[in-house]
Amino acid sequence: MNFAQRHITVALAAVLGLIAVAYVGVQGNLQLLFGVVVPYLALLLFFEGIIYRVIKWARSPVPFKIPTTAGQVKSLPWVPRTLGDKLDNPESKAWVIGRMALEVLAFRSLFRNTRTELVSDPKYPEKARLVHWSYKWLWLGAIAFHYAFLIIVLRHLRFFFEPTPQAIALLSEIDGFWQFFIPTFYLTDIIIVLALLYLLGRRLANANLRYLTLASDYFPLFLILGIVSTGILMRYFFKTDITAVKQLVMGLVSLKPVIPAGISPLFYVHLFLVCVLLAYFPYSKLLHAPGVFFSPTRNLPGNNRWELHVNPWNYPVKFHPYMEYEDQFRDAMYEAGIPVEKEPEAAVAEEE
Amino acid sequence: MSLPKPEELARVSYQPPARGWMEVKPDFRPGTYCNAASPKWLEWIDYPYPRAWSVADEDWQLPENWKEIVLEGMEDRLARFRSLKLFFDICVRCGACADKCHFFLGTGDPKNMPVLRAELLRSVYKRYFTRLGKALGELVGARDLDESVIREWFFYLYQCTICRRCSVFCPYGIDMAEMTILGREMLASIGLNIDWALASVAQCYDKGSHIGATPQAFKDMIDFLAEENERITGIKTPVSYNRKGAEILFVTPSGDYFADPGTFTLMGYLLLFTYLDLDWTFSTYAAEGGNFGWFISHEMGKRLNAKIYHEAERLKVKWILGGECGHMWRICNQYMPTWYGQVPSFLEVPVSPITGTVFENARVHKMVHISEFTADLIRHNKLKLDPQRNAHIKLTFHDSCNTSRGMGIFEEPRYIIRNVLPEGHFFEMPPNTIREKTFCCGSSSGINANENMELRMQGGFPRANAVRYVHERYGVNHLGCICALDRATLPTLLQYWVPEVEVTGITELVGNALVFEGEIERTTDLRDRELVGVGEQEGGEEEE
Amino acid sequence: MADYKNEFGWFAPKPTVEKKIYSLKAVAVGLGIFLVVFGAPLLLNMGQVHPVPQPSLDTPAIQKLAEKERQCVEPTEWMRANHMQLLWDWREQVVRTGERYYTTSQGKKVLASLSNNCMECHSNKSQFCDQCHNYVAVAPNCWGCHLPKEQNVAKAEGK
Repeated sequence: MNFAQRHITVALAAVLGLIAVAYVGVQGNLQLLFGVVVPYLALLLFFEGIIYRVIKWARSPVPFKIPTTAGQVKSLPWVPRTLGDKLDNPESKAWVIGRMALEVLAFRSLFRNTRTELVSDPKYPEKARLVHWSYKWLWLGAIAFHYAFLIIVLRHLRFFFEPTPQAIALLSEIDGFWQFFIPTFYLTDIIIVLALLYLLGRRLANANLRYLTLASDYFPLFLILGIVSTGILMRYFFKTDITAVKQLVMGLVSLKPVIPAGISPLFYVHLFLVCVLLAYFPYSKLLHAPGVFFSPTRNLPGNNRWELHVNPWNYPVKFHPYMEYEDQFRDAMYEAGIPVEKEPEAAVAEEE
Repeated sequence: MSLPKPEELARVSYQPPARGWMEVKPDFRPGTYCNAASPKWLEWIDYPYPRAWSVADEDWQLPENWKEIVLEGMEDRLARFRSLKLFFDICVRCGACADKCHFFLGTGDPKNMPVLRAELLRSVYKRYFTRLGKALGELVGARDLDESVIREWFFYLYQCTICRRCSVFCPYGIDMAEMTILGREMLASIGLNIDWALASVAQCYDKGSHIGATPQAFKDMIDFLAEENERITGIKTPVSYNRKGAEILFVTPSGDYFADPGTFTLMGYLLLFTYLDLDWTFSTYAAEGGNFGWFISHEMGKRLNAKIYHEAERLKVKWILGGECGHMWRICNQYMPTWYGQVPSFLEVPVSPITGTVFENARVHKMVHISEFTADLIRHNKLKLDPQRNAHIKLTFHDSCNTSRGMGIFEEPRYIIRNVLPEGHFFEMPPNTIREKTFCCGSSSGINANENMELRMQGGFPRANAVRYVHERYGVNHLGCICALDRATLPTLLQYWVPEVEVTGITELVGNALVFEGEIERTTDLRDRELVGVGEQEGGEEEE
Repeated sequence: MADYKNEFGWFAPKPTVEKKIYSLKAVAVGLGIFLVVFGAPLLLNMGQVHPVPQPSLDTPAIQKLAEKERQCVEPTEWMRANHMQLLWDWREQVVRTGERYYTTSQGKKVLASLSNNCMECHSNKSQFCDQCHNYVAVAPNCWGCHLPKEQNVAKAEGK
């Protein structure tokens, strides 16, 4: 097996293995383990892991203010700056908030994405030309996935609150506005599947991406695909008693866990995969979610020249001070008519 | 070693090798790497483990405890740089950066995709600093640190020009440049450096400029260029050196007085300052604006940069004016005041003595970019310019990486260009290759040596290709830039890819266009090339 | 600076990085928001008791039946999870094919009708249907066309 095959296989096998573990476990009446113990453990790992990691990052200082400046810097008052310039090269904390909001909510940087291709062009002496296309598919796939994921998570909040908040009910209603199939078909279900297949497909189809993608990249993709497909199966095909499901969830969040009867193994598989995702989150690349807020190339204003940034471990360095330099070249400088601090005779006298 | 023909070099294959990247080892083919630093330079600047070694050697004579040094060095940097920790942790390997790197586009080597180049370092971090990496190894991209990894770092970290193009496109702003510098620091800590960069650093440290000019030689070079000005324009452009009490200290990279075509830009500065009757001085001690030190380590950057404020304080100038330079300005903008640690209170907030404009944006830094300064002059109508003197020039503008993505100076040079060139003589390259998306010259960050010419031509291919485009389409014959490294490297690059196009600084164009009172008739530009219309109608234009 | 050699730790003291949390305020605010948002379900529900829905079978029609005959068209367990599917299938069947009867898994033929079969027994929408529907925030569109029996009764009584 080559590198890519090995990494794909391991990741896929891991997810299938997890599915089997939960299924077999529940068949073996381990509902308490998979319905109570594992979820609490996963939550613990999730919160502990995120806090640990964030504090770990925060324990290293930001020695230099190094924003990637992607727009005209604020300079002379008459130099034109568009709104884009102000957001991409923020002059103050307020604008940084704007830049970060755009980055986090709209994936600003990914929206810039281009694709460069080498095309042959007999008119050119070197017979080849690089063409730089605007390429928004990755942005679209990413934003579709993340927003669908967000909406799906929010929809699930109906299992976490009693009574269900109006806003959540409304969101579900909007998501299911097509009103076909029973229970109502959710648009985000199909979007997330398509987005995941795209995100997975591009890693498989593009030779260079395949070359660099690791099992730890395939794993969350397969895992989320697993979560999504068990969810869809459960909603539309192999239904379970969701009243009982809500009882289970409410039991968990009110710290009075119960295991109601009538919940299918498929649900426990779904729940187990979600738990694995939660636990995996803070120890993997999924950290990009909290991480983006810490990114020094994005969350700092480009105002070094008028707002001093202090490096907490700044330390004096040895450099070649002027007087040493003059000692080295005094005679020649004097001869060439370059002003010196000490005339050559004086310097000699001093030395003696 | 002969350089392949452009047609051969342009046949880039983007097909990755069959074997996994951890198994493929770098191929040190002549033309693709820089020579090892001579021990002499290391000794000059107190760098560790000076020794005579060669990249082609089997044995790089690493210190016995090299592994310990590297791992300790990584731990130390993780503690000091949040950026490094974060960039190691949060990359999702989406590959958005892949085809943004000029070295990947030019070489097709997948390890030149910034994501994979970072992975070369990240894999070691994961193996030694994360539990998951220790447990799962290759599956999470972790691997043991051995000598072949170090060789790989050396090969690929010197195939990154710290241009930050990848960081513009990265959804989390991961900056390969940051990791490259820190990686090179770790390489330097076991005595692995490249000669071209280290020689420049040592010379600059000791004598004042990368080219190692002694004070008297520096003065000679500048005086010669002043004489050239007088020969061509009839105007004396006197220069003072190390003059105490001058209002302005002018600092520019050595590229501007060392070789063509940078020298023409320097002649432009001198003409401009003379025109304005500016109270300024050069320093033979802080004679270098550029800073190859920063290409090796943050500390070495500071050790060279510290001279500028030190000299400004000694000469009791009011503020500093900086010439056209790319990485110099990234350093000036993003590092200099922080390195100094406080507001340099011996300087004043820069005020243009001609227009009275207060450079509020340099309130802390006390240093003004020549393009800002010139644009302000033009804006206030303080320069009499004759754009027709640049009528032989059809220009496109190359945004230098560092001023673009490490500062954001886009409009000022364009404003100057529009005022010194006849209408319709300025053409932009395709939008995805300029401004914040600009392509690197391919030879920055200390790798503009001669022995790695093939690599340089590959790295510069995307830039040259965009120049080729505007040349074919609009007949562009000059590439303008505000970077001395560009002026040192782009002529070579264009000579190879687009020989019809020459490289010019922006202040050179200003120098061409400046109309002095009582000047002699200008028949050539600063490069001794005949002006358009000269010889056709004898002196007709000058009388108007 | 006498012992100065270079920046690489083992030649000279390393630059000391004070052990503390940098940009503490921002980190605290960020973590606070994270904990509140992600912990909200726990924080708001902790220790609370939420009544479990008890769909009521106490209707005159059901009471009339003998204990043994109190049996829905399909097993209760199955109905809990799948009743919406059954109703949907009935609608398709009746409207499209005109076939008004449904054969249960026990082989019994029953009228495939929400109003005229289900609601004969489950005439207490608010006590039966709504109990769970409200609990899990499901808004079935049955009642767009079908009138709940309760309302019929109310109307008849002139309330």
